Amino acid sequence: MITTDLEGMVEDAAAHLYVWALKDIPQDLRDALADAAERETSVTGQRVLSTILKNVQIADSDENLVCQDTGIAVYTCRVGEQFPLHPARIYVALKAGTERATIEHPLRSNAVHTITRENTGPNTGYRLPIVHWEFIPEWDGLDVKCVPKGSGSENMSFLKMCIPADGVKGIKQFVLESIVGAGGKPCPPGIVGIGIGGSADYAMYLAKEAIARPIGTRNPDPHVAKLEEELYELLNETGIGPMGLGGDVTVLQCHVEHADTHMTLNPVAVNYQCWAARRASAHIGPEGEVEYDREF
Amino acid sequence: MSSKRLTFPTTEEQIRELHAGDEVVVDGHIIGIRDRTQIRIFDQGIEPPMDLAGAFLLHTAPGVRKLGPGRYEKVSIGTTTSARMVRFTEGLGKRYGVRAICGKGGLPDEAIEPMQRLGMVYFAIVGGAAALETTQIEEIEEVAWEELMPECLWKFRVKDFGPLTVGIDSHGNSLFRDVQERATKKLEELNARL
Repeated sequence: MITTDLEGMVEDAAAHLYVWALKDIPQDLRDALADAAERETSVTGQRVLSTILKNVQIADSDENLVCQDTGIAVYTCRVGEQFPLHPARIYVALKAGTERATIEHPLRSNAVHTITRENTGPNTGYRLPIVHWEFIPEWDGLDVKCVPKGSGSENMSFLKMCIPADGVKGIKQFVLESIVGAGGKPCPPGIVGIGIGGSADYAMYLAKEAIARPIGTRNPDPHVAKLEEELYELLNETGIGPMGLGGDVTVLQCHVEHADTHMTLNPVAVNYQCWAARRASAHIGPEGEVEYDREF
Repeated sequence: MSSKRLTFPTTEEQIRELHAGDEVVVDGHIIGIRDRTQIRIFDQGIEPPMDLAGAFLLHTAPGVRKLGPGRYEKVSIGTTTSARMVRFTEGLGKRYGVRAICGKGGLPDEAIEPMQRLGMVYFAIVGGAAALETTQIEEIEEVAWEELMPECLWKFRVKDFGPLTVGIDSHGNSLFRDVQERATKKLEELNARL
């Protein structure tokens, strides 16, 4: 097997992104957590949020992981058509980078066979890591985003095939029921990602895209942006609070991604991202030049 | 609110003094345990090779670095979701004399009655706050069932472990039940407004 320099650079970037995402949470999230700590009025909620802020500081000063759950590594790749490394090799590089980071750090290895439950390797296995692809015509770059997804929040994922007559009201009801039902399990306050439209599988993919968006961004479609605002307000009225112990701040933000759908479909998918909403990105040029923390 | 301090292992008397909502900080020895560890004890009927009387159990699968045979140092130790393990609550208290279960996200209501009857509490920790938790664990003193890595049976020595919140006390109270009851009522109101 020939490993090109560029493949090695993508591997290096993947290894770096995985560890970096786990140790250093993005600034928009730090700001949202600090803001939540100021807003929260319940005693238990304040206790939780001040502990979270202290934890983020210690992760910085000790250069340690924010959370022990190193998750499953989920990558999103945007590949330019002139990027000189084939996606098949990009996948090999991402897998090798994930393994290297896990062994060298070392990181807890979470990957198991789904039936035998036996460990399958250093955070890799059959179809692990998970990579989502987007291909960009007339471009020679590669963007890689790494989202290590913890199980506490991933277990709080929900799908409902609403009917068109349920409308937006049905979407809101399902999101509210899901987040109240989840209680403290997904480590609130986090980012609620909603995918609407498309098909059952695509709605869930869109919900995952939604949790990986920076806080402070709004969907460019005004109808969808309005739904984001309304859901954010409604969810924070539920009183679930930090870690489900009751309080004012249940979610840091609600993001919605949408796709056009069949006239008789109205799918709604909910994917939760915990308060430690880890993500890190890199842009890689055709010569292997790497620029980190480029959001996309 | 000032926090209460407890050293583990402890007694039923000490546990009965705690009330839902109390802030608690813990010293002494705690035992790390998880899904597969408890499946082995209860479903496969294998006796745990550690004394659990008066114990504080932490729902965890730690990230560690191996130093030698049976010896590990901490890398990142945090806490997992407790709800998956609720069915073991009564057995832990009745058969082994466990006094405290600590995890994140709460235990469902079926834990309330056995905890009241047997004199146990559930401590809610801040999930995801592993960087802080790791600094409060002084040493990994013992590991059993290494083949279940990382879901082994771990013995940690801790100092200033917390802050923890008493989520379920031994008097029939649960913060999680209260929050869910209020939220369910609130949902009706919100749904009417949609």
